[in-house]
Amino acid sequence: MLYREAGQFRSSYAEDQQIFPIRQDRIAVAAMLVIAFLVVPFVANQYWLSALLTPFLIFSLAALGLNILTGYAGQLSLGTAAFMAVGAFMTYNFELRVPGMPILVSFALAGVCAAAVGIVFGLPSLRIKGFYLAVATLACQFFVLWALQRFGWFSNYSASGVITAQKIVILGYTFESTESKYLLTLAVVAVMALAAKNLMRTGTGRAFMAVRDMDVAAEVIGIPIMKTKLLAFAISSFYCGVAGALHAYTYLGTVEPEAYSLDLSFRILFMIILGGVGSILGSFLGAAFITLLPIFLSLLSGAFSHLTGIEVSHAILSNLEAMVFGALIVFFLIVEPHGLARLWQIGKEKLRLWPFPH
Amino acid sequence: MHFFFEVLLGGLLAGIMYSLVALGFVLIYKASGVFNFAQGAMVFFAALTFVSLLERGVNIFLAMLITLVAMVLIGIATERVVLRPLINQPQITLFMATIGLTFFLEGFAQLLFGSQPHGLELCNRTEEPRSCIRDEPMTWFSELTGGINISQFDVFSAFVAAALVTALALFFQKTRIGRALRAVADDHQAALAVGIPLQHIWAIVWGVAGFVALVAGMLWGARNGVQFALTFLALKALPVLLIGGFESVPGAILGGLIIGATEKLAEVYLGPYFAGGGIENWFPYVFALVFLLFRPQGLFGEKIIERV
Repeated sequence: MLYREAGQFRSSYAEDQQIFPIRQDRIAVAAMLVIAFLVVPFVANQYWLSALLTPFLIFSLAALGLNILTGYAGQLSLGTAAFMAVGAFMTYNFELRVPGMPILVSFALAGVCAAAVGIVFGLPSLRIKGFYLAVATLACQFFVLWALQRFGWFSNYSASGVITAQKIVILGYTFESTESKYLLTLAVVAVMALAAKNLMRTGTGRAFMAVRDMDVAAEVIGIPIMKTKLLAFAISSFYCGVAGALHAYTYLGTVEPEAYSLDLSFRILFMIILGGVGSILGSFLGAAFITLLPIFLSLLSGAFSHLTGIEVSHAILSNLEAMVFGALIVFFLIVEPHGLARLWQIGKEKLRLWPFPH
Repeated sequence: MHFFFEVLLGGLLAGIMYSLVALGFVLIYKASGVFNFAQGAMVFFAALTFVSLLERGVNIFLAMLITLVAMVLIGIATERVVLRPLINQPQITLFMATIGLTFFLEGFAQLLFGSQPHGLELCNRTEEPRSCIRDEPMTWFSELTGGINISQFDVFSAFVAAALVTALALFFQKTRIGRALRAVADDHQAALAVGIPLQHIWAIVWGVAGFVALVAGMLWGARNGVQFALTFLALKALPVLLIGGFESVPGAILGGLIIGATEKLAEVYLGPYFAGGGIENWFPYVFALVFLLFRPQGLFGEKIIERV
């Protein structure tokens, strides 16, 4: 009843190929955007905006970047956090060293720098694949963090490698309040997510998927493997770089290289496994899940100690969190390898037929 | 020149420690085609269990036995809960499952035994008089060679590693189970067809990998203390695998030696040119990468043949 595309006939190729071919989808996406832009900033309180929604959007963007590489182009990467670090630190340097640099241009240029790093560390993917490549991307993770810590230039010679993000000014307006930072993040993420959704419908996106499914076969049918793989690395790193810049500028404000450790790379990998490998929607669902889970667990432990009077210490909680993360990953891989996005798909199928079983 | 040899020897001996961790990876990869990312977590788990038992006054040999039983149980549970439902899935899925297992094991170990670092001494008993293996230079060796210092502990771990590799080689080549393991590694389905119980075999392999993890955990723990950083040290085993090849026991040993030696030599001789050193963290990875560009399957890895 809720979700029926009956009667929506398409009479031209252009209609057939639009991003959201079903009217309900278009309405839902438009409604979500309107709510996110116009309602949420007025309804949500400071805590929600600064501690939940902004990081959720930023991690969604990073997960989206990783999903382009791992989910669509099939190249497993464990270096996501390193690309985010490049984005954050290069934005800082562009703002610091180029007078009057518009912040959005800095974001984009930092993304380009991350893309360049991505291409360099994507080069091995031309010769190796699978686990070998995963280990190769670890090299990127360790090398980038080492470089950011050791070369003072990146952090403007601050004592501990910590950078403090400059004020965000666009066209004379200073983004200082939580609401304005949230809106800026939302705008960037919305535009980039739409671009990603679009990219996957183009020849490039299809080439990514062909390489993922079987690269030798893709080569045989005339897809340039080298170009495609490196492009996947570049685009993915660009997304991660912009996510890192937002992470530093609209979320944390003060960051050190250590914030972008291997742990963060794994968290983002978990987001796409839980959310759905090879799905734009999945990146968002996974990011929401991973952002909410610790909060849910701490609420649960609060309720537990309220009921039983036993105090659950922070250390125990963080260990439990790791265990739950690990168990969930295994559980999802066994039960639903396509993640939350697939569950949503199944739900839609059911809604289409509801209230009838067939 | 003395200095060069000292660095080289130190590196080679440290490399053996990497080999020990890499060995665990190779065992499981050989027998089940699973790249077990959780090997580092298993090392950490074993070391933490062992040291916690020692601190509660358990005899060292009993502690080893209990830890071994725990590791075998974990291995069997992993096979039952994680691997069996994932049979026939792409290898990359199994790999990601072991990343999940890593988080679970790390959280579980620290939940049981706390997250504070422990010191560990390998002694034959808990009270005096006792003899311990410590990280001290061997005086007779430095007198013999005119001033090359090597740690007594490093030599001990080299011997342990050698013994372990010999035992494993014999186990793989000479015993019935070893033959079954090699058959499973060659072809799951064919092995099943001739009546080899796949699930038992996997449980055994994970048990043996748990044992290797225990040995590595004891040695690493005694060397650097038992702490969370142990799991990162285990990541150093990955470039070792890249160089040695994923399926080869000798490859793991040789790869460990190469990584250990180049890492230390690079740190000492190239480090000063790279923003004041610390290149140990990434040099092995980049070295392994460059190596892979020329030999994508590693030194002893099986040649990759692809068909469409």
